[in-house]
Amino acid sequence: MQNRNLVSISDLTKDEILALLKRAKEFEKNPNQHILDGKVVGSLFFEPSTRTRLSFETAVNRLGGRVIGFSDARTSSQSKGETLKDTIMMVANYADLIVMRHPLEGAARYASEISKVPVVNAGDGSNQHPSQTMLDLYTIYQTQGTLENLTITMVGDLKYGRTVHSLLEAMHFFNPKFIFVACDELKMPEQYKEYCKELGIEYEETREFNEEIINKTDILYMTRVQRERFSDLMEYERVKNIYTLTASMLKGCKPNLRVLHPLPRVTEIAQDVDNTPQAYYFEQALNGLYTREAIICRALGL
Amino acid sequence: MTIETKKELAVAALQNGIVIDHIPCNSLFKVVNILGIQNMENGVFIGNNLSSRSMGRKGLIKIADINLPKETLNRIAVVAPNAVINIIKDYAVVDKHKVELPEDLVDIIKCNNPKCISNNEPMATHFHVIDEEANHFKCRYCERIVAREEVVLK
Ligand SMILES: [Zn+2]
Repeated sequence: MQNRNLVSISDLTKDEILALLKRAKEFEKNPNQHILDGKVVGSLFFEPSTRTRLSFETAVNRLGGRVIGFSDARTSSQSKGETLKDTIMMVANYADLIVMRHPLEGAARYASEISKVPVVNAGDGSNQHPSQTMLDLYTIYQTQGTLENLTITMVGDLKYGRTVHSLLEAMHFFNPKFIFVACDELKMPEQYKEYCKELGIEYEETREFNEEIINKTDILYMTRVQRERFSDLMEYERVKNIYTLTASMLKGCKPNLRVLHPLPRVTEIAQDVDNTPQAYYFEQALNGLYTREAIICRALGL
Repeated sequence: MTIETKKELAVAALQNGIVIDHIPCNSLFKVVNILGIQNMENGVFIGNNLSSRSMGRKGLIKIADINLPKETLNRIAVVAPNAVINIIKDYAVVDKHKVELPEDLVDIIKCNNPKCISNNEPMATHFHVIDEEANHFKCRYCERIVAREEVVLK
């Protein structure tokens, strides 16, 4: 059996991504299946993340498996100064699979090297969060019927937002076109623009967030603009309002446009957008369940 | 006697061992560190700021009665990419080659991301060389890219 860990979205080939999406579709039709009967999954949350943990643990439960673990490092042996290695070695003795979230970058890669059971990364600091990317891809596929030749507009925090970076990397297989909408402080890092250039991926970059941009978009990917990212709070107040999507901005959009957001949102999507046919962020969150069921099965070779 | 002839004499004086030549002056002690020369019991000669036709000034290290594997010597390419290894047997140079940077740097340099797991666990660091010119290294763990100028040895 080949490597079944899932640490970084770039570990997956195009075929592996498509196979995962196909599997997720089966789980969407029937989320309750007895595939994990008798299996134990270690759910190790070295930092709290209720949303991601509940999604993974629900996936295990709906597949008939059992969960052991902890939801906060303060209640675990980490607080006694145990190394990550020792915790992983211990849990790998008990569990068939480890799902882990850790505040340090690279923690999941390291765990996958020392663990005798497969490791699924549920977020390592600001580095990778591949199950989020898979659910984004699944949602795009579900709403557009394809991943190929789409125009994806990313809005908000394109500098620190790891979800947009991973999505960009994963989409490179599918001939996308990107529009990056951000203020100067939060614009897409050079590294990713360079990546697009090398692969011949078309992109435009703008500070303006308006109907002209929206009307040529298939997927409008909104992200949270966090106050902590700004040294100048006046600038934050200004930017926060510019990059807020309202229902009236969607009046002339393409009929297939859908608005996605990794959630939780703050002010970047106005409440009136929730009632438009374009709002899709709550369904997107639910897709996390199906894609995580698929990721867990892949990791266990089931 | 000029520095150059002194050096030639010193090289000639080595009966068996290795001579590491063409080390940039500011990398000399880093090379010492990478190879752990400070802990060796062999005869060691270290020269720095020696004049060099190709480099202006250079560093040079001679270690007597030693045979280091190529992989070990190649580790110094991180700080001395143009270093030349001379293998000496019975006062003669029997092999001479430039070091080659390995594709993977295992436990040679530190990650400069304080939030990287490799800076917070007792573990080996691991970097991949990501460009042709070997000027950029990507941390296997946090995926951060370190440029050659920023390299800090472990
Ligand atoms: Zn690192």
